[in-house]
Amino acid sequence: MPFRLEPRAVSSRTMTYASPLIAVALTMLTGYVIFCPLGKDPAAAFSSFFIAPLDNRYGLGELLLKASPLMLIATGLSIGFRANIWNIGAEGQLALGAIAASGIALYVHPPTAWLVLPTMIVAGALGGMAWAAIPAFLRTRFNANEILVSLMLTYVGLLLLSYLVHGPWRDPAGLNFPQSQEFDGDALFPIIWPGTRLNASIFIALAAVAAGWVFMKKSFLGYQLRVAGLAGGAARYAGFDATRLVWVGLLAGGAAAGLAGVGEVAGPIGQLLPSVSPGYGFAAIIVAFVGRLQPLGIVLASLLMSLLYLGGEQAQIALNLPSAITGVFEGVLLFYLLGCDVFINYRLRWRPRTPAQAARTAVVSVAEVRTP
Amino acid sequence: MQTPRLELSGIRKVYPAVVANDGIDLRVMPGEIHAVLGENGAGKSTLMKIIYGIVKPDEGRILWEGRPVAVASPAQARQLGIGMVFQHFSLFETLTVAQNIALAVAGKRRLKDLTQRIVTLSERYGLPLDPRRHVHALSVGERQRVEIVRCLLQSPKLLIMDEPTSVLAPQAVQALFGTLRQLATEGCSILYISHKLDEIKALCHTATVISAGRVTGTCDPATESTAAMARMMIGRDIPAITRSAPPMNAEPRLAISHLTHRARDPFGTHLDDISITVASGEIVGIAGASGNGQRELLAVLCGEETVSDARTIELCAIRVGRLGPARRRELGMCFVPEERLGRGAVPRMSLSENALLTASRQGMVRRGLIDDTVVRTFTQRCISNFAVTCGGPSAPAKSLSGGNLQKFIVGREVMQEPSVLLLAQPTWGVDVGAAAAIRQAIVQLRARGVAVLIVSEELDELFEICDRIAVIAKGRLSPAKPVSQTSVEEIGMWMSGLWPGAQLPERVDAVSA
Repeated sequence: MPFRLEPRAVSSRTMTYASPLIAVALTMLTGYVIFCPLGKDPAAAFSSFFIAPLDNRYGLGELLLKASPLMLIATGLSIGFRANIWNIGAEGQLALGAIAASGIALYVHPPTAWLVLPTMIVAGALGGMAWAAIPAFLRTRFNANEILVSLMLTYVGLLLLSYLVHGPWRDPAGLNFPQSQEFDGDALFPIIWPGTRLNASIFIALAAVAAGWVFMKKSFLGYQLRVAGLAGGAARYAGFDATRLVWVGLLAGGAAAGLAGVGEVAGPIGQLLPSVSPGYGFAAIIVAFVGRLQPLGIVLASLLMSLLYLGGEQAQIALNLPSAITGVFEGVLLFYLLGCDVFINYRLRWRPRTPAQAARTAVVSVAEVRTP
Repeated sequence: MQTPRLELSGIRKVYPAVVANDGIDLRVMPGEIHAVLGENGAGKSTLMKIIYGIVKPDEGRILWEGRPVAVASPAQARQLGIGMVFQHFSLFETLTVAQNIALAVAGKRRLKDLTQRIVTLSERYGLPLDPRRHVHALSVGERQRVEIVRCLLQSPKLLIMDEPTSVLAPQAVQALFGTLRQLATEGCSILYISHKLDEIKALCHTATVISAGRVTGTCDPATESTAAMARMMIGRDIPAITRSAPPMNAEPRLAISHLTHRARDPFGTHLDDISITVASGEIVGIAGASGNGQRELLAVLCGEETVSDARTIELCAIRVGRLGPARRRELGMCFVPEERLGRGAVPRMSLSENALLTASRQGMVRRGLIDDTVVRTFTQRCISNFAVTCGGPSAPAKSLSGGNLQKFIVGREVMQEPSVLLLAQPTWGVDVGAAAAIRQAIVQLRARGVAVLIVSEELDELFEICDRIAVIAKGRLSPAKPVSQTSVEEIGMWMSGLWPGAQLPERVDAVSA
């Protein structure tokens, strides 16, 4: 092979930030390659995928509406990811948050109207945390792998949701559709941009991003999580409580996912349905990594991911493409990102000749350098 | 004139951050024991890896018995007749000696024949070895013999020994030298890598001194003085250490009594009935060849592993056996670990962030939030007090040289005013200048009434700074003897586990029962 991967002496700062951008560019290029053989005009396809969704107020509202759960969950997950605690089950934790909040809205009636929504928010966060507490307990008590446990619990959580809306929580007046009653107005986030569906839950997401930043940057607990992720041996040496860090890492993701669940049922949906999320919990993992586990990066990445969702819907309508196109783009993006990340710590060298020839040239070039 | 066995000219190797070898010339004659002398990081290991075919040089020529060669791989090096014994052994613990050697010997051979050859060879060179024993049951010295016999089976013409004595007791060193001299008289050339000047004086015919990737001198070690060789190696004289008298009214600070602990690692060393006391203003050293329970003892003392009986470890008269590292730090214990990167410091974090790692109780955290000003001031003071050469408090830990990072870590622990300080191999892999500074800092702690416990494999270092020395062997600890009443020879003898009143290992069962 004439190309060789060489480790860099210091990891490249440029590549750390350029890598997501290159990955986006390569994803677009791949999109071009996909569209062409399908007989679609690439220009029209790109326009309907990336531009059409944004050329009106409603579209912009939708962009922010879909970005807010993504940035919220990604922020929560990034806290654990920094400490090498891999919570893959945000989708299930989101479902449990939605269930808990719906339970408050439908069956617990707080005494005053203005208390309904705050109670739902707290219940949703607790629901997500409860679901994340299971992998945390099994990991700290029995050393069970949190990746597998949290992922498997996602399916349990989604089945629990399905059971509730098909059974005990089904709306008696709902013509046997698997759905709960619609929530009262008190149980819904107010719309903050007329003419769109954008609601106040985005403030929770933005506050969470800010809080996550302060926590990781300024708090001693956040520092301990970072140390545990970078050098486990140093964390043990310093005497950081590993059990506590696992709990914090998992509960942060669970709380964020639970809050995102509240944002969905008390936002655009307004009731409990068998499906409350188009895969935000999984997409947020990609958002967290594309955003470099950094707050600003996560906000930008969530907007991009949201655009992929909208573009996918638009592409279904305008281009007759299957809805799977969104998933394809998500996967392609993550693939390119991981590929580009290699170049943060490595660089590619062109080595066209045999080592002996190369050595000789090196002698000449060194001599040239030395003569002046 | 005889053809040199190996001749290197203009060897150059550049790594992304450092020029490891910068035009090195070296000539080894048949039957010559040739020392390559240099500090850690001078480029000795890179040079040996080039000769053994692990690393390709960027420039330069290698002549093997007068013919130019390009050594592409260790296998090719072995074919030429080059053998290498590494500082860190590569043996499978669960296999027998014969099986381990069979894995490395080219060609299919019956294990029985091989066993016979191992026995013959080991007898001939005075390397007693039982081929049927499992490697995990062997001492470090015996493991080294396995590595040497493995090389000798290939009948090498050049044997490279990388810091072979760092794991050996003084008596074992003499035995090894006997073997090496015998090999040399039979015509085998030996490249002997070391930074220990007295050993080189005793053994080698020629010495090539390397500093910062360049050859700084060649000499006959038998006639050259150690001071002159040290100057060639570090470019200046080694500073002497000044000692002060220990304070009066010493009180016991760290008391270990009848500590017995089973190692977590199945091939680790169990600690057996260890007792020792360290008083304020006292420096106590624990000597011993590596792998005799040092790692396990330190894990138990710093709290990363807790013991079932809290009474066995007392810190300032408080029973701490069952407390974790954080609680023990609160009670005034500080610890300098053996591994700097990844344990003593987080490589990718800045020095400031690394100060926070253990010094967080110095007012750096208020209501759960980090006070950056306090952290920065502490870091700045540590850097200037301990003369740490670095790019400032925000320089990442991994950008520092080993010696400077160790100075920083020692400084960080010392500045917390501990009542008890544990140090593991405090100057391992540290350049001579930094090592002297670290030892000086340790000695100064005596005057401040700190109780210091040092675990080290460097006997010279222990004799230089300790008040009392004990020896750990096979998980048991000898009585501690005042330095003035013992000698390197006596401590060396104790390292094999034979000290007056030493009990037989059977006692392990009696204690745990």
